[in-house]
Amino acid sequence: MTLPVNLLISGTQLLARKRQSFIAMLGVIFGIAMFIFMISFMKGVNNYIQDTMLSAIPDVHIYNDIRTDYTSSVTSIWLRNDPDKVVVVHHPRPEKVRLNLKNASLIISDLKTRSDVEVVSPLLSTQVFFNYGPVQLNGVLDGVNILEEARLFSLRERMMTGRAENLLTADKGILLGQGLADKLNVVRGDQVTLATPAGNSMRFRVVGTFSFGLSTVDNIKAYVSLSGVQQLLAKDHDYITDIRVKLKDINMARDLAVVCRKKYGYKSEDWESSNPSIKAGNLIRDTLTWVVSLTLLTVAGFGIYNIMNMVISSKMKDIAILKAQGFDGKDILMIFLSQSLVIGILGALAGLLLGFLLSYGLSRVPFPQTEFTFMKFFPVVFDIKYYFFGAGFGMLTTFVAGVLPARKAARVDPVAILRS
Amino acid sequence: MNEPILEATQLNKFFRLPEPFQVLKDISLSVQKGEFITIVGKSGCGKSSLLYLLSTLDTDYTGNLSINGSKVTGLNEHDLSGFRNEHIGFVFQFHYLLPEFTVLQNIMIPAMKLGKLSRQQIEHNAMQRLEEMGIRDVALKPSGKLSGGQQQRVAIARALINNPGIIMADEPTGNLDSNNTQIIFNIFRQLAQEGNTILAVTHDKDFAARSDRIIEMMDGRIIH
Ligand SMILES: Nc1ncnc2c1ncn2[C@@H]1O[C@H](COP(=O)(O)OP(=O)(O)O)[C@@H](O)[C@H]1O
Ligand SMILES: [Mg+2]
Repeated sequence: MTLPVNLLISGTQLLARKRQSFIAMLGVIFGIAMFIFMISFMKGVNNYIQDTMLSAIPDVHIYNDIRTDYTSSVTSIWLRNDPDKVVVVHHPRPEKVRLNLKNASLIISDLKTRSDVEVVSPLLSTQVFFNYGPVQLNGVLDGVNILEEARLFSLRERMMTGRAENLLTADKGILLGQGLADKLNVVRGDQVTLATPAGNSMRFRVVGTFSFGLSTVDNIKAYVSLSGVQQLLAKDHDYITDIRVKLKDINMARDLAVVCRKKYGYKSEDWESSNPSIKAGNLIRDTLTWVVSLTLLTVAGFGIYNIMNMVISSKMKDIAILKAQGFDGKDILMIFLSQSLVIGILGALAGLLLGFLLSYGLSRVPFPQTEFTFMKFFPVVFDIKYYFFGAGFGMLTTFVAGVLPARKAARVDPVAILRS
Repeated sequence: MNEPILEATQLNKFFRLPEPFQVLKDISLSVQKGEFITIVGKSGCGKSSLLYLLSTLDTDYTGNLSINGSKVTGLNEHDLSGFRNEHIGFVFQFHYLLPEFTVLQNIMIPAMKLGKLSRQQIEHNAMQRLEEMGIRDVALKPSGKLSGGQQQRVAIARALINNPGIIMADEPTGNLDSNNTQIIFNIFRQLAQEGNTILAVTHDKDFAARSDRIIEMMDGRIIH
């Protein structure tokens, strides 16, 4: 096999100045490696933050918003709908409202038929006081079907002591947030007394503790069975205030929330709308990553541009002699552009490898442990998509950086060079 | 004399900068196949300019130029490049080899560009040319390692590799000592005897005296 003469010339020239070529390549290598490293790490951070913040937030949350309805106030009875009178009521007090979802079981079974829904978990939640000896703490008691709740929030991984399923077997069992248990100073087997604002109270036995890594949850929340809360509140067995949904694809939450709102008539919130800061944080970190990476790659491009310009300035005589011997502008362009491309392609491949190694290294570095972190190592995402992008952009940069000097070379007037 | 290999009629060339200046004036010239022509004249009279023009490197002129029976005036850059590659061998005053390549590669490059022969065939021809120049032993040396005289011989071998219809040389000995000058002259004479067409600019009266025809230039005109 014979190499086309243009490539032979290009390759020989490239090898004749290995050091210079290598330095130009280093720019590309570092640019692409840093891009891979930063994007892999930032995506890991995004995922970690999102997972943590969403760990106690369902994808879609359906509940009965307190809608104060004043149209049926006592005034109508008073005035007997006399159209001649205008009544202004200052600071009205709403009628007592029921917060439950009236057709909850229908909604639940309907949601479960949807193919995009992973878990549907009903909830009856109430404010309670936790009493243990002299200690009295304010908190939230969630009555749930623990099997579904466990799937909704990955409870099994979050159990610190005991098992989530203990709620099924124990009579009047309770799972406490770890922070709450610590403050009450109770352990598995202890009994705590729960009192509602309305004055009802019941005793539950601690069968486990859990931690979400969020003090806002761990310090106030406790789980009992649905029927436990229904009894405590003296409500019927179908009295449910909330339905929480986990989706197969978290990004479909917004659409489903809209569907639910229309179909069931209750307030439906998706995680994005209720936590705009998550998306904002992701966007800021992503922007930062892309700006820094693209800057690095562009700087690498300037490196190639500079070096190729220097090379071409020092090769004017050679260009003239090649043209005199029958090489045309296109040949000269090929000769010098291919040098840039070789630098770019080899640099990109080496950069991808270095970027992978750096990312892999970081993913093996232990993350400093505190009681609220569940991360053993620094979070890193390995996604082939970014490798393709890095390689593509790297080559595009080198192409642009190479084509400008190469075109200059192609336009060299041999007579002007040979005369001087 | 049989057929003309190069035919130039009414060539005029102007420089606009630094001030308007006519460097070639009504040059008409015909070179027969196998002729050995030298161009002489004072420095600055336009010899190099004429050679660049005849070698198709310079296209900024008026008049007509035909080589090997085909009109080259008005051809585009690509066609001119191909034409030079096949039909014209050029030897410069400063040897102008490509420094990264070996002597052999330097000679082979124009033939590889032409692409009519296999690599082995080209290499064989190149070695033969080196043999004729008496420098077979330097074939694999980097071209930068050669002496000036050796480099100029390599340049001549390179000019010959595609068996061009005409060899043009611009003061090929202008940069050499008398010993090497003698060697180069002998080579040119040898080439002329072998039937090559040669058009060489020179200062050397001896060299010119041994050519078939001397063209004398003055202030951009051929006076003889
Ligand atoms: N690029 C140019 N622009 C303007 N004048 C030029 C240029 N090149 C050469 N000349 C002038 O043209 C004249 C002829 O130059 P040249 O052909 O090199 O002469 P020779 O080779 O006979 O010494 C000289 O006077 C020189 O100064
Ligand atoms: Mg001259």
